[in-house]
Amino acid sequence: MRVHQYEKAFLWLGAIMLVVFMVALVITSVAASMHLPGRAGEVDPLTINSVEPFDNPGVREVAPGRYEVVLLASAWVFNPAEIRVPAGSEVTFLAAATDVIHGLHITGTRVNMMLIPGQISRNTYRFEEPGEHILVCHEYCGAGHHLMSGKVIVE
Amino acid sequence: MSPSTSNPTVVLHASGYDLPDDQRRLVRWTIYIGYFALAAGVAHGFAQGLSYAKIDILRFFPALRSYYQGLTAHGVANALFFTFAFSNAFLPLMTARALSRPMIKGFLQATLWTLVAANVMVIWSVTTNRASVLFTAYAPLQAHWAYYLGLVLLVVSTWIASAHLYVLLARWRRDNRGERIPLLAFISVLTYVMWDIASIGIAVSFVGFLLPWSLGILERTDPLLNRTLFWFTGHAIVYAWLLPAYISWYALVPRQTNGKLVSDPLTRVVFIMFLLLSIPTGFHHQYTDPGIATSFKAFHALLTFGVFYPSLATAFSVVAALEIGGRRNGGGGLLGWIRKLRWDDPSLTAQVLAMITFVFGGITGLINASYFVNQIVHNTAWIPGHFHMTVGSAVALTLMGVAYWAIPYLTQRKLWGRKLAVAQSWVYTVGVLIMARGLISGGLDGMPRRIFRAEANYGAESWELAGALTGIGGTLMTVGAVMFFLVIVMTIFFGKKGEGPKDIPFAETLIPASREGWDVKLDRIGLWTVAAVVLVLIAYAPFFLTYLPARLVSPGYTFF
Repeated sequence: MRVHQYEKAFLWLGAIMLVVFMVALVITSVAASMHLPGRAGEVDPLTINSVEPFDNPGVREVAPGRYEVVLLASAWVFNPAEIRVPAGSEVTFLAAATDVIHGLHITGTRVNMMLIPGQISRNTYRFEEPGEHILVCHEYCGAGHHLMSGKVIVE
Repeated sequence: MSPSTSNPTVVLHASGYDLPDDQRRLVRWTIYIGYFALAAGVAHGFAQGLSYAKIDILRFFPALRSYYQGLTAHGVANALFFTFAFSNAFLPLMTARALSRPMIKGFLQATLWTLVAANVMVIWSVTTNRASVLFTAYAPLQAHWAYYLGLVLLVVSTWIASAHLYVLLARWRRDNRGERIPLLAFISVLTYVMWDIASIGIAVSFVGFLLPWSLGILERTDPLLNRTLFWFTGHAIVYAWLLPAYISWYALVPRQTNGKLVSDPLTRVVFIMFLLLSIPTGFHHQYTDPGIATSFKAFHALLTFGVFYPSLATAFSVVAALEIGGRRNGGGGLLGWIRKLRWDDPSLTAQVLAMITFVFGGITGLINASYFVNQIVHNTAWIPGHFHMTVGSAVALTLMGVAYWAIPYLTQRKLWGRKLAVAQSWVYTVGVLIMARGLISGGLDGMPRRIFRAEANYGAESWELAGALTGIGGTLMTVGAVMFFLVIVMTIFFGKKGEGPKDIPFAETLIPASREGWDVKLDRIGLWTVAAVVLVLIAYAPFFLTYLPARLVSPGYTFF
């Protein structure tokens, strides 16, 4: 196949660029230990209110400076709707949906998860600076979707 | 061989290919359904853009119960019916033209009537608020069965159109043994081969789960499995929208600007890469989903970077073809050829502007694909910012540009309001760039997508400017779209009879197809199809094998 030299150069440049991007992703992912949510267990959405730890949603300090937030999403409320943690704490979110699919995004952070009935969503994030973030349901969940929100207050 | 300079979209010399009147009518009505859908979707899009600016005009929409009902209509009409009705008309027409054979009337009729039935069911269920589940139809929000069946019929119409292509190609091959498949036919057929494999996911999800579930036959469904099957189809679907636009950019646009398609073999390689890589990338839409191992997500991320590659190759090819044309039209210097691109031709102008917006669409897409970086933008307004620069302009504007020759060709009437048509795509492009700027900056600050912002009970200061830009850009897009429909409707009813183009403007190639060497192997569609299926199995089988059986945990909810 005859390929024009400019086109050949362009194609090589493009390939190198994509490889560089991918290597950068791998390096930062490992170095800064930033991960995606993965498999974190399953739970029956219809009986979730009586299953540990979802029978007791809220914020708990599990070790000095380390917190666990157990969060339930139902149309159209988060429980808890307000989360308070001290600055510098590492927070692990365990969240699940009780009815339809919801989303969980804490603005200004990379805490961004889908909450899918039947599945447990888990991610960990360190809140460095004091301030206030919005807890947004970012997946359409019915007529009141735009009323489903909460607050994360870093003190 | 140089086309008329006064009216470049009109190819005056017919090539011997003649579209029979009964087929012309069927193709015309199929494509009309697409542009009707675009009109319906744009009307809702206008209201949604304004909602981001906190202006609520929804109460002026009769029979609309909620923002989300309108959003469902917008997505279904623009992303599904517009695109596939267009492809159902365009791909058989391109294939027949390239092969210089008539189409098969029975297939055209079956495609059209299935599409009509799909429309009736979906329009009824959406307008009566029985299906406000958005076009993604995530369970366990449950729509009326007519909605699921209507969308299944839409997919069936694309399968009928595919069968039409395969029969046309098989007959041509039978009569032309040892010949290379004409390029335009090859890339048209490959587009629907890819889509046929891709559509298996949504077919299994709808026929196997959602339809029986909405009928009460299946009591509960599995939300994660339905979502995964949706995205099995859902990333490849964007290439099913995009590739018809690429067909126009590769094979028609060069002719419209007096250039040449650069390389026949490389164009085939690009479409083969799309066939191979479009589907095994779906998990990059589910990076933030629970229940899917991160290793599977990482593998799909790798392949998503791969499927970016044929688009990079396309960027070179289509711009090189434009440059050849601009230079042949007398443009000199490093960039002088750009001024000589026949900017007075509305069909060309729309498509060049579509290519420019697609640069930003592509870059933002690569960011979405970037694994954990996706957590910054997932389900924020960034995402519609991104896809209005891909499907919302690269595809939509190209399909408008194609209409500027295709509607005159199919009606045999002269295009009405040529200058208005040229201005139209500029207005639309400025609009989409402003809107995307708003959505993207808002998204980076956490402004969510799919939200009735005019009534939302939360917000941030930085979302104000972002929302205002979204509203302003959306309004300009609507103005651009109204101008488009004015031109098209006036052409259909008042365009000068008998002055439509006689032929389809398809281009010659600089580097032609070779009859020997490994080039010839590119035409082995069956082999590439098998390779594509194997790659899909490698990418998806590990998930399904470790996940199944389905978790039937969710009854249906109708919170709308």
